[in-house]
Amino acid sequence: MKLLAMSRNDILLFVGFVIFTLAGPIILEPFGAGYPDLLQKFAIFGIFALGFNILFGLTGYLSFGHAAFLGAGSYTAVWTFKLFSMNPIPAIILSTLIGGIFAAAIGFISLRRTGIYFSILTLAFAQMSYNLAYSVLTPITNGETGLQLAQSDPRVLDVALGRDYGAVLPSSDFFGLEMTGYPGFYFCAIFLIICFFIKIRIFRSPFGLMLRAVKSNQNRLNYTGVNSRPYDLSAFIISGMYAGLAGGLLAVTDPLAGAERMQWTASGEVVLMTILGGAGTLIGPVIGAGAIKYFENIFSAFNDTILMNAFSFLPEVLQSAAVSVTSLFVGEGWHLTLGALFMLIVIFLPGGLMEGFKRISAMIKKRMNGGSDGSASSNPTTSA
Amino acid sequence: MDAIFLQVLNGLDKGGAYALIALGLTLIFGTLGVVNFAHGALFMLGAFVAVAFKSILSLEQVTIDPTRMTAWGTPMEIRQPFVEVWFGDLGATVLEYSVPFAILAAIPTMLFIGLVMERGLIQFFYKRPHADQILVTFGLAIVVQEIIKSIFGANPIPQPAPEIAKGMIDFGVALGFDAGNVVYPAWRLIYFLFSLSVIAVVFAFLQFTTFGMVVRAGMADRETVGLLGIDIDRRFTIVFGIAALVAGLAGLMYTPILSPDYHMGMDFLVLSFVVVVVGGMGSLSGAVLAGFLLGILQSFASMNEVKAIFPGIDQIIIYLIAVVVLLVRPRGLMGRKGVMEH
Amino acid sequence: MSILSVANVNKRFGGLKALDEVNLNIEAGTVHAIIGPNGAGKSTLLNCFVGRLKPDTGTVTFDGKSLLGIKPHEINQMGVSRVFQTPEIFGDLTLRENVLIPAFAKRDGAFKINAWNSVGDEKDLETKAMDMLADLGIAEKASDVAGQLSRGDKRRLELAMCLIQDPKLLLLDEPTAGMARADTNDTIDLMKRIAERGVTMVVIEHDMHVVFSLADKISVLAQGTVIVEDLPENIKGNLKVQEAYLGGAHL
Repeated sequence: MKLLAMSRNDILLFVGFVIFTLAGPIILEPFGAGYPDLLQKFAIFGIFALGFNILFGLTGYLSFGHAAFLGAGSYTAVWTFKLFSMNPIPAIILSTLIGGIFAAAIGFISLRRTGIYFSILTLAFAQMSYNLAYSVLTPITNGETGLQLAQSDPRVLDVALGRDYGAVLPSSDFFGLEMTGYPGFYFCAIFLIICFFIKIRIFRSPFGLMLRAVKSNQNRLNYTGVNSRPYDLSAFIISGMYAGLAGGLLAVTDPLAGAERMQWTASGEVVLMTILGGAGTLIGPVIGAGAIKYFENIFSAFNDTILMNAFSFLPEVLQSAAVSVTSLFVGEGWHLTLGALFMLIVIFLPGGLMEGFKRISAMIKKRMNGGSDGSASSNPTTSA
Repeated sequence: MDAIFLQVLNGLDKGGAYALIALGLTLIFGTLGVVNFAHGALFMLGAFVAVAFKSILSLEQVTIDPTRMTAWGTPMEIRQPFVEVWFGDLGATVLEYSVPFAILAAIPTMLFIGLVMERGLIQFFYKRPHADQILVTFGLAIVVQEIIKSIFGANPIPQPAPEIAKGMIDFGVALGFDAGNVVYPAWRLIYFLFSLSVIAVVFAFLQFTTFGMVVRAGMADRETVGLLGIDIDRRFTIVFGIAALVAGLAGLMYTPILSPDYHMGMDFLVLSFVVVVVGGMGSLSGAVLAGFLLGILQSFASMNEVKAIFPGIDQIIIYLIAVVVLLVRPRGLMGRKGVMEH
Repeated sequence: MSILSVANVNKRFGGLKALDEVNLNIEAGTVHAIIGPNGAGKSTLLNCFVGRLKPDTGTVTFDGKSLLGIKPHEINQMGVSRVFQTPEIFGDLTLRENVLIPAFAKRDGAFKINAWNSVGDEKDLETKAMDMLADLGIAEKASDVAGQLSRGDKRRLELAMCLIQDPKLLLLDEPTAGMARADTNDTIDLMKRIAERGVTMVVIEHDMHVVFSLADKISVLAQGTVIVEDLPENIKGNLKVQEAYLGGAHL
């Protein structure tokens, strides 16, 4: 198997990604993000966005229902804990599988239509799942309370292996290593790395090329002898599996599943992560997911007292004015910032942060070239 | 028989709301080619025009009546809305009928909001892909919703219907059923009639005015109409304003039925999009038909007899229908047939 | 030997009869032109060949197999490639990728999850793709994004995408429509070279210059029926055809 038959740039990117992920707690420390709960979220939503990007970034199909797969993954994981074992591995495997199966069913129908119709179909399915989770499926989802562990859960495998959690509510552990704090983060981080590796392979493969061709010109693709439907469906299923895995990991780090994870605002969030980072780029969605979770964490922690202190250098009148304006955007108002961010990105930077970085680095390059050998940069075609 | 009739009635008011929102969505999609995810926010804004109108009217003058004492021995405060102080009974009537009177405030407000939205944001997205349109209007919807939340709070704010429309109407008797079998809240009937008249006005406007003719022509073939030298862009701005107004009025009049809160727009939007798709993208009559149809079907699905057979069907019936329609009739019930191959 | 035969094909759109008892035989290894005034049903007929439209009655047989009710990608896999009136290419992808996609489709079939290998590892196909681009004179642009090409180059690219599949039959829908004279002449030369390789071609064309430079045989379609089918020199001489069916077209 040509496991490392990647281009030099991809290998560099991957190695850089691995280092950054593993050293995340140290690197992100100065930003106030070096604590495990947040790092876990980075990794989990990074996986979610990576998967979403395989669908949206490559094929251009804009799904507004991917939160349904995330939610399904969470429910599956919690049920696996309850019925079989607190070990995260079975939970992860099953939630990925269920995410994929669920996606196969929804994708099979939704992909019969394209464009806006597709978006609305996926939205309809996700809302349907959400509504059902709150009503008829309460025996499975435990409705509004959310699905939780109980001491009395059967946990057949654990019992069979003689594992007894005693009188406390168990938490997930990987052969004794509790999936909270840093171990929990590293458990998620390893999956993030695996997912990223798979994604690089897909992006560079003939399969990935076909998916990009779907986005570019599906009509031509069909007249080129390619049956685009199974390609679309495969991409949809893969992204559903990524979402299921992310949902499973959410439950691993915090064994609780609620229907609100399936709501369409949650679907909107993964769309935002992807476009914020840069749809169709390899690493963009992880950056987008990280940025959103980071700012969500920071912004929603603000309250009026903190703001009063922050603006204490201003005269009193201005201070209270500044506080009342900014308080709109922070704390409870974090969603306002999110919405505004959504608009700003779509309006000014449709390519996302990755495009922003590209533009900036191109500008810097131009500056630097402009000084030394302006003739070469002004005439790039001759050198190629 | 009377039970069925009652369910049809029950579906009409919700159907009316769906139809009005879907009508605006279709107008915007058909003329401007824009998928407006912020349309639900316009519905919600209309509802909050009623809320704001009423709370301004209810501003109270506080006077102290030294002749009367409260139980604590302090002089009694007398609170009376300014409108009543200034205009007496007339003021009291306006306050009583605040919801319908709010329409007067909503017309300029919603038109203005619509125009600002189109000129300030939407016009830059005519040539962008649908995905971008969805995303930017989705962002706008969140922004609008959060602003309303920060002003009016997160809890629903009940808006009473005028006293006269609070009662029930016993329909059954007039139609030969037994008394008491088909009773229907009066305001819901008013809402249904209101939605019908708004729909009629919009259709008449499109059918009988030159402006409407151009708009319809633009919906059929935008490029050609543009080539004729007609400034469709300016007209489409007005179309957007009208669509905003229709959605706003729909939301405003709905307030006595459903106490408005900041996320009511999103709830209705998702359903209205489904309505548009079922009716057929770009078909105005399809949107109206599908709106009422789905409203009625939803009301049937929430009957206990039906729920006993299909548990949870009331929660998903609309989505289920959308899925079936899209798969069986991809263009929707009344969607225009694709243009013939060249 | 006829590679494509159309027998008694009818197609209606509502009240309009687009094709009326069309009969046609395309000989292998020839260039067959279909001409006729606007609205004669030329494109409708072509769309019946590629699975975009299904005739109401009649048969379309390619290589001994019926094409009725078969999807476009299946027809392509049988060996029919198509060039569109406005070049249909993958505008966001590079020229190399544009040509690689049909090459993969030819080798791997209509669907194959080939997700583990890198495109860069497929050296055979890469070479083939570059050769094809070189053949059509656009190799130096191989890494450019296709959407930025000139119209003439887009046409070249589209032909490269078809030819890399070694089609048994190449369908061209007004390949020179909207082209400047110089580009048209280039395209004619290109198509002549393709014809010399023995590729069977069906060309729908308005431009009589193109038709008479290329075609081995011409069918004249008017109001949905083939009214004349003959060699170019005979068609040229046929004043009736000229007057009645070519309208204002210049010969």
